[in-house]
Amino acid sequence: MPALETFLQAIVNGLVLGSFYALIALGYTMIFGVIKLLNFAHGDVYMVGAFVGFGALSLVSGVVGAGWTGLAIAVLISMIAVGFLGVVIQRVAYQPMLSAPRLSILITALAVSLVLQNGALSLTEGSYKAFRTDLGFGGFEFGRLFISHQAIVLVATAAVLMIALEFFVSRTMYGRAMRAVSIDKDMCRLLGINVNRVVAITFLIGSGLAAAAGTMAGAYYGSIWYFMGFLIGLKAFTAAVIGGIGSITGAMLGGLILGLLESFGTQIPFIGSEWKDVFTFAILILVLVFKPTGLLGKSEVERM
Amino acid sequence: MLLELEQVSLRFAGNTVLDKVDFGVEAGSLASLIGPNGAGKTSLFNSITGFYRPQEGRIDFNGERILRRKPHKVTQMGVARTFQNVRLFREMSVMENVMAGMHCRTKAGAFGAVLRTPGQRAEERYIAEVAHECMRFVGIDQYADRLATNLAYGYQRLVEIARALATQPRLILLDEPAAGLNGTEKAALIELIRRIRDERDVAVLLIEHDMGLVMQVSEHIHVLDYGRIIAKGTAEAVKNNPKVIEAYLGQEDEEMVL
Repeated sequence: MPALETFLQAIVNGLVLGSFYALIALGYTMIFGVIKLLNFAHGDVYMVGAFVGFGALSLVSGVVGAGWTGLAIAVLISMIAVGFLGVVIQRVAYQPMLSAPRLSILITALAVSLVLQNGALSLTEGSYKAFRTDLGFGGFEFGRLFISHQAIVLVATAAVLMIALEFFVSRTMYGRAMRAVSIDKDMCRLLGINVNRVVAITFLIGSGLAAAAGTMAGAYYGSIWYFMGFLIGLKAFTAAVIGGIGSITGAMLGGLILGLLESFGTQIPFIGSEWKDVFTFAILILVLVFKPTGLLGKSEVERM
Repeated sequence: MLLELEQVSLRFAGNTVLDKVDFGVEAGSLASLIGPNGAGKTSLFNSITGFYRPQEGRIDFNGERILRRKPHKVTQMGVARTFQNVRLFREMSVMENVMAGMHCRTKAGAFGAVLRTPGQRAEERYIAEVAHECMRFVGIDQYADRLATNLAYGYQRLVEIARALATQPRLILLDEPAAGLNGTEKAALIELIRRIRDERDVAVLLIEHDMGLVMQVSEHIHVLDYGRIIAKGTAEAVKNNPKVIEAYLGQEDEEMVL
């Protein structure tokens, strides 16, 4: 039954793609939640995450090899390092702009994006780097359906990270504080919550998730370059908007939905994969027109 | 004195909002701040809690300077407040609202929270216990799992008070706690304010327009008009002070009749 196999294959591909989108969209949505900033540098944080993961893997591969263990360590190192980079970006670039008009901080985010991109460009001379791993190309075959080990581990890792985040946000002190800060900062200050610290933790976690996605994407697709964060950043933004920006569950859902939509979109006859991006951004426009608050976002009702 | 203000002046673009205010609240006392609308009462609260930064004067809490401290530091030192218009985290449960007040009393850092250390788990349990105690104290324990926004207005006010108590203050500032409450709820509020002082030894300073309530609960009353303290003393003394009567009767639409 080739039709069923095609269908299932599209689901598998969609889940892989969706995991990347979801991990990046989470950062977008969390950062938007606490400081109401659309952090357009977030895609580039993902790119930096890929390079740091690449560097970490070449460092540890001599000791533990470039297999699963090596990659796991690389992901961890990248998450921590880039997480702190996120905090530094927030402190240096965004913190001073918090009291400025909203547009200023948005422009600052674009500037940070350019700094990261061009920094990576000058360090790598714009060339693709081959992200070599010893993961192999094994997988499960069911007729014409093929599910690689890599895809399974990737989706599972993303799922674990998202469940951990959900737990953190709903059950822990800082998670609650994060939600409280996104609702009413001044009230939080009055309750003795160190708002700056909560914002820093949000950047730490958001950037760390993007770094995990970057490193895993590098390993999965086999190559990285300085411009890899641009398009996926915009798509993750789309995913966050679909889910309802500011909503964490929404970002996860939006990421997966977008991944699946893209994956199925390329299966439509006469619409080849070169139309994929048109498809994605058409969805963004449709959502913005018909349901600007997204699937799980709440519309703000002005009290008269 | 638990809280002491000396010669505090606050100006906004040339407007003097507070003019050399001398003011104090003793530990474990019940005090009120009254005055016509626009007298500067809420500005005084905002100055104490660190949201406004008076240009001149001195504000001490428990012997330490708090003027120009950040709001979250002031709260950590033991000052809590509620708002004129209820400001709850609407999309969070009542329990979570109250727990948010405990944040400043926790020790486990962010990493503990991410890594779920045993110390952090124990702390979460402790936080839950204290939150329940605070909710029981004001009588909203049965609504712990409801979303704050779904409670009746009177109960939302109580959630706000429970959340303020959860910060474990030595002084609680209540900004018009009786606004919008009916007679029964007001009577219960008076009872609650007394219990906050008697059972928890927390000093209470309230801004209130309901003079019946003010006269019933306050041991000390301070009257503010045009940013100046024009009278202070017991309910009886303030009631008969000619300056106070003038300040109120000079207004057209004041709800207060002494």
